[in-house]
Amino acid sequence: MTQTKPRQPLLLDFEKPLVELEERIQQIRDLAAESGDGVDVSEQIRQLEARAAQLRQEIFRSLSPAQRLQLARHPRRPSTLDYIQAIGDDWMELHGDRVGSDDPALVGGIASIDGRSVVMLGHQKGRDTKDNVARNFGMASPGGYRKAMRLMEHANRFGMPILTFIDTPGAWAGLEAEHQGQGEAIAYNLREMFRLDVPIICTVIGEGGSGGALGIGVGDRLMMFEHAVYTVATPEACAAILWKDAGKAPQAAEALKITAWDLKELGILDRILPEPMGAAHSQPVEAADILKKAIVQTLAELDRMSAQERRQMRYQKFRRIGVFLEPSNGSGDGDR
Amino acid sequence: MSLFDWFANRRKSDPISHEQQEREISDGLWTKCEACSVLTYTKDLRANQMVCPECHHHHRVDSNERIRQLIDRDTWMPINEQIRPQDPLKFRDRKPYSDRLREYQDKTRLLDAVQTGLGEMDGFPVVLGVMDFSFMGGSMGSVVGEKLTRAIEYATLKRLPAIVVCTSGGARMQEGMLSLMQMAKISAALERHREARLLYVPILTHPTMGGVTASFAMLGDLIISEPKATIGFAGRRVIEQTLRQKLPDDFQSAEDLQKHGFVDAIVPRTQLKSTLVRLVRLHQPQEEETATHLIPLPHSLPIGMTGTTQG
Repeated sequence: MTQTKPRQPLLLDFEKPLVELEERIQQIRDLAAESGDGVDVSEQIRQLEARAAQLRQEIFRSLSPAQRLQLARHPRRPSTLDYIQAIGDDWMELHGDRVGSDDPALVGGIASIDGRSVVMLGHQKGRDTKDNVARNFGMASPGGYRKAMRLMEHANRFGMPILTFIDTPGAWAGLEAEHQGQGEAIAYNLREMFRLDVPIICTVIGEGGSGGALGIGVGDRLMMFEHAVYTVATPEACAAILWKDAGKAPQAAEALKITAWDLKELGILDRILPEPMGAAHSQPVEAADILKKAIVQTLAELDRMSAQERRQMRYQKFRRIGVFLEPSNGSGDGDR
Repeated sequence: MSLFDWFANRRKSDPISHEQQEREISDGLWTKCEACSVLTYTKDLRANQMVCPECHHHHRVDSNERIRQLIDRDTWMPINEQIRPQDPLKFRDRKPYSDRLREYQDKTRLLDAVQTGLGEMDGFPVVLGVMDFSFMGGSMGSVVGEKLTRAIEYATLKRLPAIVVCTSGGARMQEGMLSLMQMAKISAALERHREARLLYVPILTHPTMGGVTASFAMLGDLIISEPKATIGFAGRRVIEQTLRQKLPDDFQSAEDLQKHGFVDAIVPRTQLKSTLVRLVRLHQPQEEETATHLIPLPHSLPIGMTGTTQG
């Protein structure tokens, strides 16, 4: 693919009318500048820009779950390392699970945020095809989950809060991964993350895919960017299994309830982080700023609790999740 | 009757006896082994806990049968029996989820894919959860998550060992993220059970996959599997498609997992109960011993050190 301008974002279908409008505005500007005879186009441009802003808002407000999934997977969407470097000072990446591997698909290390030491970790997708191959498209191996746990244990020992960033289509499905205990590695994290005393904040920054996402997703607070998704199985896999047709992925995306608003309603998500106009990839600096503010604010809330209170709250947070019917009290929720 | 007539008669009667045989199989009088095709009198097969006497193939057993096999007669006390699934997402694929639920409830006479309760094994009280593959492939949704969590919490409260017989295709997609979160919920309950220094043993049976493997199936203090059970995180076909290579036949078998260090023991079903009883007995709390270890009482000091005369 050739690119005319170095920073031109890759276009999604639903962004096209918007970009066409913006190109028209630019053309008018260029024409006015060329002719240089004092034709006042400012009124026309202002009108068109107002329309563009309105159109942008309309498009992004009414995105379907499948379109949001496209945004969540956008190749230019800020990755874990982008956010870490933007919000943290003194970042130092740390490597290895200490049992024989270092997974490039799950990265982590220490940094400070507003002068406070934290451990940050998350799935790392690649920035281009070559990088993606090296990062295995953000699909972590058992070694990745074990490295994450080792870093979280470190944080716990030194009283540093843990910030995890979720961005994966799912845990890696491969022969080696199975032999190294993909299931065990994730399961172990699920249990042990309930044991940690330090505050844990998990944020879905892009794609939250199944057990591979949950493997670093047990925390005191779960946050999600507004165009991120979090799903029990990729819509493609779900469509292939339930509809027997992978082409039905858009229907599956709709049915699975994968958007931030859906998860808020189901009682799974604590906080939706608004994205800058045009989604995180079009204004990454602003997106990182929104993330940092939310983290600092949430950390302050969690600091007001004792370790024991936080652990109790973390337990209750997950304990409540589930919808079923129990005739004795007629309640439709997990609240007993 | 000449030899010729005898053969002619035999040929005539052959189809009849064949039909009769088919009928007896469909009546359930005889069961054909999926693995070795040998016919076994169903009563005998059941007496052998649904394990083929010829080739030792472990046939699938439902949750009721499994409870009969593991729990002492008349000691089973089911808990939270009345919890029913809902359709919170109003999920519809080729069929509405609510219709699917009703069909499986009619077919299996279960409300969802797990039974939990309290029972005795050779007199030892245990909390037992048994998944049922015949209910939507043993998939884990809110009900499976809630019932197992409550069972484990009950075990922690009563200081009892917990045993879960696993069989599942994984998280139930029709309940979306609610299903995924059950993995964390059950793991949280197991963390408390573990912190209380109580024994948890999952029994992996064919098949145990996906979200169940990536949570409570792999969190046992000790992990037991039935022979040749398929156990894994990702499905075999998924891996074959992504890697574009054929996987070895024993891939994701209990034996393969044991070789790689993820299963403590592979126990044939016919010895499962006696093995569990042995483990529960070996893990009975030895309170006297711990008490003396932790708090050395003054009178337990050797007499010679107290300075009193020894005559």
